[in-house]
Amino acid sequence: MNTAPRETFRDALSVALTVGAYGVAFGAAGIAAGFSLLQTCLFSLLTFTGASQFAAVGVMAAGGGVASAVATAALVSTRNTLYGLQMSPVLRVRGLKRVAAAQVTIDESTNVALTQLPRGIEAMRAGFWWTGAGTFLFWNIFTLVGALGAQALGNPASWGLDAAVPAAFLGLLWPRLTTMFLRVVALTSMAFALVVTPWLPAGIPIIASALVALVFGWAER
Amino acid sequence: MSASASWVVLGATSALCFLIKLLGYVIPEGWLAHPRLQRINALVPIALLSALVMAEGLVTKTHVVIDHRLAGIAVAAALLMARAPFPVVVVGAAATSALVYHLH
Repeated sequence: MNTAPRETFRDALSVALTVGAYGVAFGAAGIAAGFSLLQTCLFSLLTFTGASQFAAVGVMAAGGGVASAVATAALVSTRNTLYGLQMSPVLRVRGLKRVAAAQVTIDESTNVALTQLPRGIEAMRAGFWWTGAGTFLFWNIFTLVGALGAQALGNPASWGLDAAVPAAFLGLLWPRLTTMFLRVVALTSMAFALVVTPWLPAGIPIIASALVALVFGWAER
Repeated sequence: MSASASWVVLGATSALCFLIKLLGYVIPEGWLAHPRLQRINALVPIALLSALVMAEGLVTKTHVVIDHRLAGIAVAAALLMARAPFPVVVVGAAATSALVYHLH
């Protein structure tokens, strides 16, 4: 790994720090949704894929059932399989190292690794591991900070935490809306979720909106 | 939410999300190469995150409710349009929502 350039390390560290800091928002969201301090921190250690963590606690906070919370979180993270498919031939890992690689296979580690392509395969590997490990470290530290903070605050509505969670979802969504087509998909999903809300049990409209992705993805050329 | 439900959500979410990550390292490379599958997969997080914004911001149980949260989301959208960083967006939304909540 010592053949990887200094720039790779800088890329990895800056991504890990900025993204890790979002952990504060997740820590607060976990507490606001009614999870304990220990459970909120375990989400960041064990689940460790931000949007899915927010989805799981978000569905529970919306009054949804266990099955729809878990299914929504799992569906949100299916892109990680495609990341693994891309990283597998680069990393060539087996055994425990493969388990560790899988756990830190997320948007950030994969993106930093793939952008190191012009610097060579060693830089790609270093970028993946440094970003993965760094994000893991900071994400968990900041989750604890956010959870402790939210616990000290009390009533979530009084401090705006009930709006911070949907704002966090919007913040996760926004950078993905790079084309007009994707914006139409987002707006359709929003409308769909609101329209079916009175007719379905709490939490189900969220996972049902995967149908919007299915229809648009099927029809797209 | 009961204590046992929250533990089941934590355990099952963590186990499933890990298996989904691991899957990419164990299946042969060409398996998920179908372009239609890849397109749907790319849209799923967008659809679900959009629905989550609504479910968390405009819904209480099974009713559409307009309250202090909407003010927070509007400010979040404005901040995102102004390219504000994520922490500013979240704190701005929270502060606005809390202000409207207390004025009401």
